[in-house]
Amino acid sequence: MHLLELRDIHKTYHLGGETIRALDGVSLDIDSGEFISIIGPSGSGKSTLMHIIGCLDSPTTGTINLDGVMIHDASARQLASIRNKKIGFVFQFFNLLPKLTVRQNVELPMIYTGLSSKERKQRAMCALEEVNMEDRSKHRPSQLSGGQQQRTAIARALVNNPKIIFADEPTGNLDSNTGEKILQMFDKLHTEGKTVMLVTHDPEIAAVTPRRIEIRDGKIANEIDPKLSGQAPRFNIG
Amino acid sequence: MNLLIIILNGFKEIKAHWFRSALTMFGVICGVSSLITMSAFVKGKENLLRESLAESGGLERITVESEDDLPDYQKHLEDEIRGVTLKDVYALKNNAPLVYNITPIVKKMSFRSDLRVTRKGKSTRFTMLQGTWPDALEIMEHQIDKGRMFSEIEDHLAKNVCVIGTEVRNSLFGEYDDQGQTINPVNETIFINYKPFKVVGMFKEYMTEEDRKKKEEAKKNNTTINQADRWSRFRFSDSNSQRTMRVYGSKNSSILMPLNTLVSKLDSSFESGSKMDRSLSELTMKIYDVSLLEKSLQQVRNVLLRTHNGLEDFEFETQEAFSDDINEAIYNERTSGMFIAGICLLVGGIGIVNIMLSSISERIREIGIRKSIGATNLDVFTQILTESIVLAISGGILGLIISPFLIATLADYAPDTTPPILTVNSMIIGFTFSAITGSLAGLIPAFKASKLDPIEALRYD
Repeated sequence: MHLLELRDIHKTYHLGGETIRALDGVSLDIDSGEFISIIGPSGSGKSTLMHIIGCLDSPTTGTINLDGVMIHDASARQLASIRNKKIGFVFQFFNLLPKLTVRQNVELPMIYTGLSSKERKQRAMCALEEVNMEDRSKHRPSQLSGGQQQRTAIARALVNNPKIIFADEPTGNLDSNTGEKILQMFDKLHTEGKTVMLVTHDPEIAAVTPRRIEIRDGKIANEIDPKLSGQAPRFNIG
Repeated sequence: MNLLIIILNGFKEIKAHWFRSALTMFGVICGVSSLITMSAFVKGKENLLRESLAESGGLERITVESEDDLPDYQKHLEDEIRGVTLKDVYALKNNAPLVYNITPIVKKMSFRSDLRVTRKGKSTRFTMLQGTWPDALEIMEHQIDKGRMFSEIEDHLAKNVCVIGTEVRNSLFGEYDDQGQTINPVNETIFINYKPFKVVGMFKEYMTEEDRKKKEEAKKNNTTINQADRWSRFRFSDSNSQRTMRVYGSKNSSILMPLNTLVSKLDSSFESGSKMDRSLSELTMKIYDVSLLEKSLQQVRNVLLRTHNGLEDFEFETQEAFSDDINEAIYNERTSGMFIAGICLLVGGIGIVNIMLSSISERIREIGIRKSIGATNLDVFTQILTESIVLAISGGILGLIISPFLIATLADYAPDTTPPILTVNSMIIGFTFSAITGSLAGLIPAFKASKLDPIEALRYD
């Protein structure tokens, strides 16, 4: 059984009488421990796909099975709980809370899980060690560099030991050198057995992942999967 | 998410925007402190009114006065009017078991200029002379401080004796002698309409609790008086008596003497004739049971109609109407006070709604982040609601702290008003209302925040 099974996902928006098909029949299987990138130009529907898999949004039609839970018809409350326990998000703009310290930011998901303050602190420090940020735990986000902020965000994504980590343009706001380091960090997480999904428009970044899925006009246009032998990479870098 | 963290978060938010929060809280502070202050002043007034009700004999006392205006169907009998007489007193004593202590009163007031009370060139400004029986002491709620009440024998013999109130003493003798001792007028002689009367007793000085305290304090300070202090003391006692005037003024300014003395020595319209037919200013009596007021009145009425040959030339005056007036006055003050304080709280509440709404649009991204890492709608709702409750309750507590000072300041600026009384009840109510305001004010913003779409919220700049 796969960690994630998408079957014929459709998502349509109605904007001023016009119907926009953001996703148009996407089916996808992802196994535990995979390192995948979703690639596509802006407006291709890749963000919508990530939001739907990430339980921030629901599909119009289609079914999603995440770790044995059918999330396409789950309630808002269930989705919040899944986001909390099974999913970690890393965003382009880091999305840390500026008024909290690094450690408090990392502790935030566990507050909603309902862990004791002692356990929260312990696990937050573990997660910060994982991203080499333990010595900055008392800093505020504004006192950190972009790379450090992103590492804090990764620690926050990791702290509840999620089934899958989503990274939405994680290097988009960083210089290439720092971006490289962040990508190495995701690679390291992958080798430690975590499931990581990168969402990017940049084929170079996508190149770090073994499996690449290209989305265009709401459909899977292309897929490179090392598991499927004999299939040649057919990337269309325009 | 545990409540303590949410509350701490609320305080953190207040601290982060302390100026904005202070402005927001100001509305609640005003609301709560004005509510408490208002009720303290109303309570003060209420106590004063109740005191004056008790002073006038309470609900048990009823009075029958002569009435010149007959009902229409008896108009042609106007010549027969006699008013209340001593005959009525005896008739009631014998035939009306629901009332007791029936006392006749003949009144003379100094402002009608048929009464002059003088002594050694000094005279009183306002005096009420009442000729009555010794029983009046109880029914008028008088207490003797010096000397004694006149006796039934003195009434029978129409002796020239009287018992005076402290205001009368103050006007004719002064309050203190050179040594600062209060003057005792007993056994002195005063002149009423230029006829000598011996003072056999003096009532105690009636004053409100508040005034009594002030006076005692002033007295203490005056144990080491010098001449300069004297002046201020007199000034003080002057404003003091002004205040006391309101409730106890007429009581302190009264002179009581035997009914027979007044009628035979001072009443110019005195005619020889049956003593029983002598007309009186009023009869006053007590009823045994306030719950039987209606029945007692009916009984008195029946007896009087018989002695008056069916003429309704008398009317009742009960304290019930006064009591109703008091209750109505208190109710009105309470309602208008609550209304004003309510408006203050409403404005405070709207302030909170406004601030929370604007702080939410500032924090859309934060809410998106919180949701993306697993905050449920309820978590967000609770967070925003708690913040506004924390804001309102902090304001409420500050309002509680401020209100005693506000009350003291207002009482200082308006020394003539009744002394306000701060009650625990009003503080509890004020505090509760601030909490309710906070919760109500937080509902809309909290609901709005909880319904935010996390994707939209995350994209928001």
